Amino acid sequence: MLTIVDYGTGNLRSVQNMLRSLGVAARITSARAEIATASALILPGVGHFDFGMRSLKQLDLRGVLDEMALEKKVPLLGICLGAQLLTRGSDEGTEPGLGWIAADTRRFDEARLDVSLRVPHMGWADTEFRASSGLFAGAAPRPRFYYVHSYHIVADEETDELCHAVHGYRFVAGIERGNIAGVQFHPEKSHRFGKQLLDNFARTHGLARGER
Amino acid sequence: MRRFRIIPTLLIDSAAGLVKTVKFGNRTYVGDPINAVRIFNEKGADELILLDIDATREGREPNYALIEDVASEAFMPVGYGGGISRPAQIQRLLRCGLEKVVLSTAAHENPELVRETARQSGAQSVVVCIDVKRGMFGPSLVTGSKGKIKLSPEQAARRAVEAGAGEIIVQSVDRDGTFRGYDVPLLASIARSVAVPVIALGGARDLDDFHAAVADAGCSAVAAGSMFVFHGAARGVLISYPSESELEGLYKRLAA
Repeated sequence: MLTIVDYGTGNLRSVQNMLRSLGVAARITSARAEIATASALILPGVGHFDFGMRSLKQLDLRGVLDEMALEKKVPLLGICLGAQLLTRGSDEGTEPGLGWIAADTRRFDEARLDVSLRVPHMGWADTEFRASSGLFAGAAPRPRFYYVHSYHIVADEETDELCHAVHGYRFVAGIERGNIAGVQFHPEKSHRFGKQLLDNFARTHGLARGER
Repeated sequence: MRRFRIIPTLLIDSAAGLVKTVKFGNRTYVGDPINAVRIFNEKGADELILLDIDATREGREPNYALIEDVASEAFMPVGYGGGISRPAQIQRLLRCGLEKVVLSTAAHENPELVRETARQSGAQSVVVCIDVKRGMFGPSLVTGSKGKIKLSPEQAARRAVEAGAGEIIVQSVDRDGTFRGYDVPLLASIARSVAVPVIALGGARDLDDFHAAVADAGCSAVAAGSMFVFHGAARGVLISYPSESELEGLYKRLAA
């Protein structure tokens, strides 16, 4: 079953509700046993990087997540903070990240922003994506997504960059390597554009309607 | 193409019903808030603002259960205002899944609340609403405060932004529910006074008003209540939102 990992970072029901509107059943859990049997995982989250990593540790989820993502290669989608946690670490804190993708999380460089632009970057932004990714199959030419963030991902390899948006400068709005992907924006708050992405995530990973 | 946010504003009362006012009085019951949220999901609204117009007056807590349901149903960002006066309430509201809280009376009485929220949760999560009435001596700030707050609307906006507000809503009480268009001079004056986004509210009738708020007054976003819940001269209840092609026309006009 598609499983949304609950590690204490806010209301996850909108993710679950959007999936339900697509006919995809998903459970919200912080139980290791349930995560270990998931057919696909969503790692959501808002908040501070260190708080997120420490919660995963306290709930003793690090081991099962590593096993699912790296050994069993279960499809995994990080959202917002969940995407940043896929990197090695963040300017926001001192805790090491999951480090599954060769990337770091950096604060928006305010020196490169026009005075009228603020941090956090908040609002809708047109998003360009790598056409080869199944996550954007059938998407509008430049779908728009809702963003709220002060930090963005910087990937070592361009091939891991999934999508981009502009806030003062072009930044990496998503990363993908193999079964692991993360998006900075909130698909669950980006109505039809977000629905399509979550539908693609569920469908490309073969989660049949009804069961999934 | 430059886009700007168009934000339906939903008012709820003590009975958790959806209502619409005229000049802050004369209520009409317009339905169920969750149903309205579902319709705005289908229509792809940019964002929603939910205001409990009884909570502060009744000295009551926000209706957390309803707010959590709204935030869970909404496939777009949601801001909530009403009955908020303490940091702990704000943290609880944000945990309900809201993106933002809207502060009005409490922000003007106690800018420290704005500062504390911005520090804990970021400026993007704090919106301050400036309610304005026009009188003999020009526009003045209206609050639910028992003490007098002697600030002009512009001063109140500047003070809120200095304390950390990420956005300012300017609501014209005189135009609420009247379909007379926004108070453009008022909006322009406040938009000039602060560097954060200003959202117009109160009086919108049609897309021309949205255009005026952005092109003439310098607002970054527009909000409306009656325009999105009433239809026609008889004011029948019908929830609506501009179609994508109407919006594209509006944005193109703005770019021209």
